[in-house]
Amino acid sequence: MTGTACHGCAPARASRLVQLGVPQTRWDYLVALAGNPNTGKSTVFNALTGLRQHTGNWPGKTVVRAEGVFTHGGKRLKVVDLPGTYSLQAGSADEEVARDFLLFGAPDVTVVVVDATRLERNLNLVLQILEITGRVVVCLNLMDEARRHGIAVDPAKLAGELGVPVVPAAARRGEGIPELMDTVLRMAKGEVKTMPFRLREHAPEVESALGELIPRVEAAFPGLPNARWVALRLLNADQRIEQAVRSGELGRLEEAGFTVGDAGEGAVAVAASQAIEELLQATERLRWRLSPGFQDALATSLYTAAQRIASRVQLSGLRRARFDFDRRLDRLLTSRTFGFPLMLLILAVVFWITIEGANVPSGLLASLLIDTVHPALRSWSAGMGLPWWLSGFLFDGVYLATAWVVSVMLPPMAIFFPLFTLLEDFGYLPRVAFNLDALFRRAGAHGKQALTMCMGFGCNAAGVVATRVIDSPRERLVAILTNNFSLCNGRWPTQILMASVFLGSLAPAALAGLVSASAVVGVAVLGILATFFSSWLLTRTVLQGEATSFSLELPPYRPPRVLQTLYTSLIDRTAIVLWRAVVFAAPAGAVIWLIGNLTVGGASLAEHLVRWLDPLGVLIGLNGVILLAYIVAIPANEIIIPTVLMLTVLAGRLAGVGPGAGVMFELDSIAAVGDLLRGAGWSVLTGLNLMLFSLLHNPCSTTIYTIYKETGSVKWTVVSVLLPLGLGFTVCFLVAQVWRLLA
Amino acid sequence: MAWPRWGLIPRLVRLLRMTERVRVEDALKHLYHSEAAGRPSTVESLAGALEVGRGRALRLVERLGELDLARSANDTVTLTPAGRAYALRIIRTHRLWERYLADRTGVAPAEWHEQAERQEHALSAVETDALASRMGNPMYDPHGDPIPTPTGELPARLGEPITALAPGTAATIIHLEDEPREVFERLLAEGLVPGAQLRLVEEGPREVRFRIEGKEHVLPPVLAANITVERLPRAEVEAEQAHRTLADLVPGEAGRVIRIAPSCQGPQRRRLLDLGVVPGTVVTAEFSSASGDPVAYRIRGALIALRRSQAAQVQIEPAALAAAS
Repeated sequence: MTGTACHGCAPARASRLVQLGVPQTRWDYLVALAGNPNTGKSTVFNALTGLRQHTGNWPGKTVVRAEGVFTHGGKRLKVVDLPGTYSLQAGSADEEVARDFLLFGAPDVTVVVVDATRLERNLNLVLQILEITGRVVVCLNLMDEARRHGIAVDPAKLAGELGVPVVPAAARRGEGIPELMDTVLRMAKGEVKTMPFRLREHAPEVESALGELIPRVEAAFPGLPNARWVALRLLNADQRIEQAVRSGELGRLEEAGFTVGDAGEGAVAVAASQAIEELLQATERLRWRLSPGFQDALATSLYTAAQRIASRVQLSGLRRARFDFDRRLDRLLTSRTFGFPLMLLILAVVFWITIEGANVPSGLLASLLIDTVHPALRSWSAGMGLPWWLSGFLFDGVYLATAWVVSVMLPPMAIFFPLFTLLEDFGYLPRVAFNLDALFRRAGAHGKQALTMCMGFGCNAAGVVATRVIDSPRERLVAILTNNFSLCNGRWPTQILMASVFLGSLAPAALAGLVSASAVVGVAVLGILATFFSSWLLTRTVLQGEATSFSLELPPYRPPRVLQTLYTSLIDRTAIVLWRAVVFAAPAGAVIWLIGNLTVGGASLAEHLVRWLDPLGVLIGLNGVILLAYIVAIPANEIIIPTVLMLTVLAGRLAGVGPGAGVMFELDSIAAVGDLLRGAGWSVLTGLNLMLFSLLHNPCSTTIYTIYKETGSVKWTVVSVLLPLGLGFTVCFLVAQVWRLLA
Repeated sequence: MAWPRWGLIPRLVRLLRMTERVRVEDALKHLYHSEAAGRPSTVESLAGALEVGRGRALRLVERLGELDLARSANDTVTLTPAGRAYALRIIRTHRLWERYLADRTGVAPAEWHEQAERQEHALSAVETDALASRMGNPMYDPHGDPIPTPTGELPARLGEPITALAPGTAATIIHLEDEPREVFERLLAEGLVPGAQLRLVEEGPREVRFRIEGKEHVLPPVLAANITVERLPRAEVEAEQAHRTLADLVPGEAGRVIRIAPSCQGPQRRRLLDLGVVPGTVVTAEFSSASGDPVAYRIRGALIALRRSQAAQVQIEPAALAAAS
């Protein structure tokens, strides 16, 4: 492989990269970023690429990938962020993606981000990567944290041990990033000589098998830089490597730099395929000679080497000071006495800040977008002489629905997500998962589901995305399918309104507030119970089996970076979720307006639908208006109440209330809403069941779409819709029957 | 009713074809196992193994001949190379599925064999290979039997029944017979797993006594004969005595890892190894969660939470606390 720009990229590599999802456009060098989870890899990635990055999934896998480009020394370097893994044994989708990219993507440089405070464990991965490629730059990250904990690592010594450049860094502060860019560029240009450390001391049985196999690998693929590693993977029965050997793909990895002469090519090919056949036969034979536990021995020798290297490059004598603060904080936050109360307190404060803090900006946005811009648009359209149906469709339908979603959804999300990210950044959230794991274990789920559940209280779509932190596929699916039972921000207004109108009024005036508040909290708690119940149900039926694997790393506490967190959580979570919601809300607004204004036989489509749905609605203690509202307002729970009010007026043919057919509205006082709904025949049961149905119904379309994106499966998306819907119908039906029996 | 694909009649036809396929495949397995054991197969032995009448067994042998999977001559039935390859593919699917059930699901060990008996006929070669690759190409099934490779490679079985050992010999369990089910359940109830190392104490006509990790097991010879072992090259057994596990550590205590229990397999084992839980690692229990389980352990510098059930799989010996790094 040559180092100069991409002239050296053979067509074979280009097509492999396309397969791996990295098209060959507008970059000179390809850089892979690898590392353990929790090493600050994404911080290094952000520091390198700034914010010119985009994220998506690896082709065919639901594993996140991020990539970006940076320019240094006049060259454009493309950085591909590999999933964080502890090893490259290809035991999980993450590890497979990382391994395949390192081998078949043949990056010009691989940057391995290493946590200086956990050198041994991180070196385990470094050693495995060095077996595949020597074009490695080690980024010794978190040097600041290491200093704080009294750990000193000598980068020069480490570079000497590993045989590749080591750049110390503290990516959170930007320290070491320019040096890293320099070193990467020099490595890409081929200006750095490396002598990668390769493990030579496996168990005798492995070494003797390798001794037989390596010459055969070299015979089949002359010039392969990692024959030893390939031999080891073959002994490990790695199907992907075997396939690459059989197809000759492995050999073509090295063709980038030189061309094979035309003369004698045929003879070479015949000889090569014979050598490949012999290699594969030898592999099969040797594999069975190894004892069943030889994989354990491999892991042990890697760690032994990692330990030896770490002990040589770490300065000792400073160890006393380490982790004292962390330890004390951990004892407090996970103590049997204070653990749970502190957790509840912190979460309550987060919710309180969200709800209280969102009121004012929500009001401002609403008065701007709905009370000011909307009338202005209407009068403008009247002035322009637009036909009524066009202005109605555009401004009363599409615009109003979008404006509504933005004004109700944006402020709480813009407050909740940064708060959550701050807690995550500080390191508290993994402790929540740690404390709550016992509960989730009993439901057959993973402790980290506690985090995605909490995230769901902000927004279910974001909660579904957050399940990426769960690395075991089955538990992740459980977390995705049950996230909808977390009562999201968009549903709180419905809950609060129904509780105040119908339940608060049952109690004496002095207690009304308390009663309605506890009713809302009760529904949220019911949602948590539904989460546990459905997790339990799923893991015992369709997702049968014990928890597949559990591991939860508790990272050290880190001072949160407020501004950066604010920025990235606004970009990553809020903006994406809001954009998806807007995309779905606009057409729904159009539909809502249309069913209110298209008439068939003297009545609007909405009236027909309401009448048609009414028997089913009444059966489960709701009514046709509510069911229709949930059908047409599927994009966002935020517009349920305005839609319900509009439909109630329309279906009841009430004159003088609301702005007109197909136009969503809200009333200023709770009492007015109560009068309107009671006038339309709503009872306490209707209000109560609406609260239950608001908790237990299909996810909004944004969430459904997100579930589809995350699972990549139509089947599981359908389950995620039908599961809560079925539960909702059942619960509402039962409540209605019991209620009517008692009344 | 007779709607193509979904109607009753096409379904019945498919079912009939399916049962024929099942019978052909079961017959091939019987022929293969007999061949491996050096016993000749006959129509009678086939009828016995498949629990069908002689007439049906005869028709089956004819069908195998038509398909060029087996030939019969002089009353014995022998596999053709194609038949042997087919049989190995079925065995591969069977053992792989048992491995899958053992590693990735909570299906009880006693159920493995029967579920695999059904699944072996249902998976195609492509599906089987996909399953194997998803599971990291395991080489042995949970009973200790080797899984044939996609190309049909299968090593000759080593080992001997435990009853053939002399008292005092150290050996590793390499296989537990899974048929009949009652036998396998008894062996499971004893807590035996492939990979466990034992030392034979006494072998007599009435009972076989052996020790595993300090616990003595006594079995009647007829049962013990279902345990296949391989002699250890050296005299010492890895875990002669009962051992403490990580789960026994109280916060603040440290232990040096001896090994991960052989019953912990698949992704669980791999994850522990990747995190650095390898023989020699010093692990310190730091603190337990607010609900008592999981517990956070300091493993090679990192703080890792493990559930009690996982921690109980890691056998340790006492270690000085300060050495933790």
